[in-house]
Amino acid sequence: MEKTGSQILIDALKKENVEYIFGLPGGVVIPLFDTLFDYSDLKFILTRHEQAAGHAADGYARATGKVGVCLVTSGPGATNLTTAIATAYMDSIPMVAITGQVKTHLIGSDAFQEADVTGITRPISKHNYLVKNIKELGTVIKEAFYIASTGRPGPVVVDLPVDVTTDKWDGDIHEEINLPGYKPSYEGNIRQIKIAAEAINRSKRPVIYAGGGVILSNSSEQLIELAEKANLPVNTTLLALGVFPEDNEKALGMIGMHGTVPANYTVHEADLLIAIGARFDDRITGKIDEFAPCAKIIHIDIDPTSISKNIRVDIPVVGDANNILTELIKHVNYAERKEWFEKIAEWKKKYRLSYDNTSDVVKPQYVVEQICEATKGEAIITTEVGQNQMWAAQYYTYTNPRSFLSSGGLGTMGFGFPAAIGAQLGCPDKIVIDIAGDGSIQMNIQELSTVVKYKLPVKIAILNNGYLGMVRQWQELFYNKKYAHTLLDGNPDFVQVAKAYGADGFLVEKKEDVRPVIEKAISIDGPVVIDFRVDPEENVFPMIPAGQTISQVKGVELI
Amino acid sequence: MKHVISVLVENKVGVLSRITGLFSGRGFNIESLAVGETEDTNISRMTIVVSGDDSILEQVRKQLGKVVDTIKVTDYTGTDYVERNLILIKVSALPGKRNEIIELVDVFRGKIIDVGQKDMIVEISGPEDRLEAVLNLLRPYGIKEVARTGRIAMNRGPK
Repeated sequence: MEKTGSQILIDALKKENVEYIFGLPGGVVIPLFDTLFDYSDLKFILTRHEQAAGHAADGYARATGKVGVCLVTSGPGATNLTTAIATAYMDSIPMVAITGQVKTHLIGSDAFQEADVTGITRPISKHNYLVKNIKELGTVIKEAFYIASTGRPGPVVVDLPVDVTTDKWDGDIHEEINLPGYKPSYEGNIRQIKIAAEAINRSKRPVIYAGGGVILSNSSEQLIELAEKANLPVNTTLLALGVFPEDNEKALGMIGMHGTVPANYTVHEADLLIAIGARFDDRITGKIDEFAPCAKIIHIDIDPTSISKNIRVDIPVVGDANNILTELIKHVNYAERKEWFEKIAEWKKKYRLSYDNTSDVVKPQYVVEQICEATKGEAIITTEVGQNQMWAAQYYTYTNPRSFLSSGGLGTMGFGFPAAIGAQLGCPDKIVIDIAGDGSIQMNIQELSTVVKYKLPVKIAILNNGYLGMVRQWQELFYNKKYAHTLLDGNPDFVQVAKAYGADGFLVEKKEDVRPVIEKAISIDGPVVIDFRVDPEENVFPMIPAGQTISQVKGVELI
Repeated sequence: MKHVISVLVENKVGVLSRITGLFSGRGFNIESLAVGETEDTNISRMTIVVSGDDSILEQVRKQLGKVVDTIKVTDYTGTDYVERNLILIKVSALPGKRNEIIELVDVFRGKIIDVGQKDMIVEISGPEDRLEAVLNLLRPYGIKEVARTGRIAMNRGPK
């Protein structure tokens, strides 16, 4: 049967079991939207900005593990999407981004709304395509989903000229994927796994450093089993929060710049560091020469370029964490490691995360704690970037993977709210809360239209301190309190903004109102914005200044 | 240390910029680059000369391998291989000097491929140092223009 390019595309998306497409129409994608409009089983979610469409697809992917899909127009539509593509790329999130393009014969002529999208997205995507012929389209979509979701996942961009979508073709679509150069290795080398197991069995002071890859490979159960069987303490990165239940006694919390003292201390004193699906980012290592100074390093990762990129690894195991951990578990033995665990217990007792909650001022940490209690730690929390993100990471107790969604690598302000939209659609039975700052939320606040239109009960908790808080904190600590352009003195009344869009809005200025308003917001079956007026100069501690070590930690008295 | 790396890639639009973009984006330094089709027209070979310490080279090889269009990455350094560069030199050659230059080029098994009123074009191929030697010897006559290819290389013995 003869089909248009648009039909071929939509059929291919359906074959990939796509549930939602996030996006915004524009000139060159009119024919595509015209066709899409007739398909009721493929739901299109109209956002109010292309960046939000990308983050929503990303949030959907993070929450469900499926490939997120977004669709935007050429030129500005595509360039608006680039921040979302880069965000997904840095955190290895499977996503297929479809961008409209001008007619093939106009490419390169500086046509209206033309941009070199494959050129722009080359360094920020896992792979990209410019489809110049309708015959390739079906195969390209199949390859795009395959590449996005296999190996180290990532975003794949498909740039689609308008004439390809309107062309007609009745040929067969190649169902076979032919990518001679793309063969991610899944099985870890068994000899390396045994060497790793021996190192674990021999170690006296081991610690696991689990990263986002453990979530991406759905290996939470294997991680728990490994930690239990071999008796290993566990640190998690920001992106891995929830992959190891934080109420488990072996959990040390988050590692890195704003990580817990016990998490950073264990790495500093360990004789064996077991890195799983993590990439030794500078926010984790601080001063690289003094990171894990006494430790042998095992590194389990599916991406060979991650091995020995930032730090020399002793025992690399390349492959899928799920397979490798399953095999590794078979070869490890239980060891008591009494001295090590006593030391850890002491650190945990001495260096509990804490803040001064004695005054009447609403502390942002208190708000996060109350959100955690009110949702029994079972909500999906998305965050923006900055202080809100760190407090959300520190003061909510995560016990499930895919329950903390945050832009880690790129650190994209404006991520949390649209990501919450994607997460809520992917997990309709979950409570989804975006913990935001007053700065970040204004980067995609227009999406209130989207949540109202689709009746999505996303809650936004703004920790409103009237500053670009994290930058202000650095200015306070390292720039003599010179608050250069970080005061947000033109903020709107967020409650009125919410109401103007048709959402509910509440203002919280008193500590005693925090919990009741959270409860009330959760009970409302619709979007709610809560404007928490928090202590304007509260800081995120502990803090290891950039490029330093745990011995220089700020905000904690080391005993 | 300089490494000669051969990268077999799918002969697709944009693949050259994927590879060169990777070098600039990650701060690796390309000293020379030569690209052409192989015996299979669907596959191109890029021969890249890159310098750096072992850890940089390890990253270069892995990052090249990570590109979806890359089929195979081979580092020739330390293996038994041959390499060639080609250079074209337009040298000033007034009638009285021509024979001298021809003799000189002969020694290096070069060719004179064009002779004009006042100049000649010399073609030399070989390893880098031979090309440098010829350039140095021709310099006193007056070099007007130089064009050179990137380095290409191949392993000795069976494929």
